[in-house]
Amino acid sequence: MSSSTEWPLWEIFVRSRRGLSHTHAGSLHAPDAEMALRNARDLYTRRSEGVSLWVVPAAAITASSPDEKDSFFEPAGDKPYRHPTFYDIPEGVKHL
Amino acid sequence: MATRRTIESNEPNDRSGGSLRSRGTEMATAAAQKAAETEPGGAGSTAARAAEQQAAFDEAVAADERIEPRDWMPDAYRTSLIRQIAQHAHSEIIGMQPEANWITRAPSLRRKAILMAKAQDEAGHGLYLYSAAETLGVSRDELLDKLHSGRQKYSSIFNYPTLTWADVGAIGWLVDGAAITNQVPLCRCSYGPYARAMIRVCKEESFHQRQGYESLLALSRGTQAQHEMAQDAVNRWWWPSLMMFGPPDEESSHSEQSMTWKIKRHSNDELRQRFVDICVPQAESLGLTLPDPDLKWNEARGHHDFGPIDWTEFWDVLKGNGPCNDQRITQRRRAHEEGAWVREAAAAYATKQAGAPRADTAATAHGEATA
Repeated sequence: MSSSTEWPLWEIFVRSRRGLSHTHAGSLHAPDAEMALRNARDLYTRRSEGVSLWVVPAAAITASSPDEKDSFFEPAGDKPYRHPTFYDIPEGVKHL
Repeated sequence: MATRRTIESNEPNDRSGGSLRSRGTEMATAAAQKAAETEPGGAGSTAARAAEQQAAFDEAVAADERIEPRDWMPDAYRTSLIRQIAQHAHSEIIGMQPEANWITRAPSLRRKAILMAKAQDEAGHGLYLYSAAETLGVSRDELLDKLHSGRQKYSSIFNYPTLTWADVGAIGWLVDGAAITNQVPLCRCSYGPYARAMIRVCKEESFHQRQGYESLLALSRGTQAQHEMAQDAVNRWWWPSLMMFGPPDEESSHSEQSMTWKIKRHSNDELRQRFVDICVPQAESLGLTLPDPDLKWNEARGHHDFGPIDWTEFWDVLKGNGPCNDQRITQRRRAHEEGAWVREAAAAYATKQAGAPRADTAATAHGEATA
């Protein structure tokens, strides 16, 4: 029960069918990439949920920090003109 | 057989939440949090910041938003979640044992294939849940160690034996049925990774319940001896299934806080009543009876009344005196110990292939993510 052999963590991304992007499904531990793929197949596609898998070492992912939440995403907050609903278009104008 | 087993644990809150460490993406939260808390700035600003964080958390919970791993959360919330999710994960993998007991003796190839798929699902459910627990800053090894040393519990239901083939059906119908009743509301739990794991579990769980029901139905409509075997199994599993919802509301130590945090959405007694109401007509369709002379429809309440539950038995099994407590945990420990060489060999192979000194750093060689 020593922790010396705990396998690294992998994040698993599944493409559920052709034409869709890979989506994060969850994570698992595995000693290497090949085993991560095999384990991911058994864990996340037991019912044909996928046609392709990505396994990514969790340690290789860089994430934005929650402390940056406000300032990091703030620039988008005051730009409603980036959305189509910002604009008033007269009734009856079509295909717009 | 995913069972939510918060309430069953009468031990004091464990301190697993205390030893936080960084564990990859979602798991980087804890460490970042600690660092933020120890930044200089004087006692006043620290207190102000703490109040701000608490307010943001309360607001998110009140607004039915999900708390994610990298968000600030109260220590007690973290600890409570770790306890509940760990207990749930442990229940999944211990729950493989009573059913595995019948895999080699399943009456047909069809039933055997179904039972193997179900046992594999339980392992999968355990893994989803262990991953969810790990996002809170505990390691897999720590969780398994706590299971093996009895510091974290699993659902008491798995301390009952599976004496006949009909027990496999009764477990699917009643035990998985009770688990589903418990779990569906957990899909809306305030902690994101737990809620997401529960959505996966619930999708898969309904197969478990239906195969159990179908199997019991086949027995109930079979020979006299088969019918009696099915009835006997239901008689033995009914009351323990009702106990799965945990002690009555007034005795449930964790319930109220969990409701406030929106980890739980309904009380133990509420869910138990819902389960009884669901089961009564299902038993009729099976042609089997439920072993409770007090069970009857109460027009005024719009629910079924049912007889008193033997909570002495519940607490006794919980304390370790059930028929199979020792067997279950001994087998789990043995499986873990006997698997040690496989884990070590795989880690050694990975290290060798990568030419790196440690398994942790061996994971970079190929570019799979180009599919």
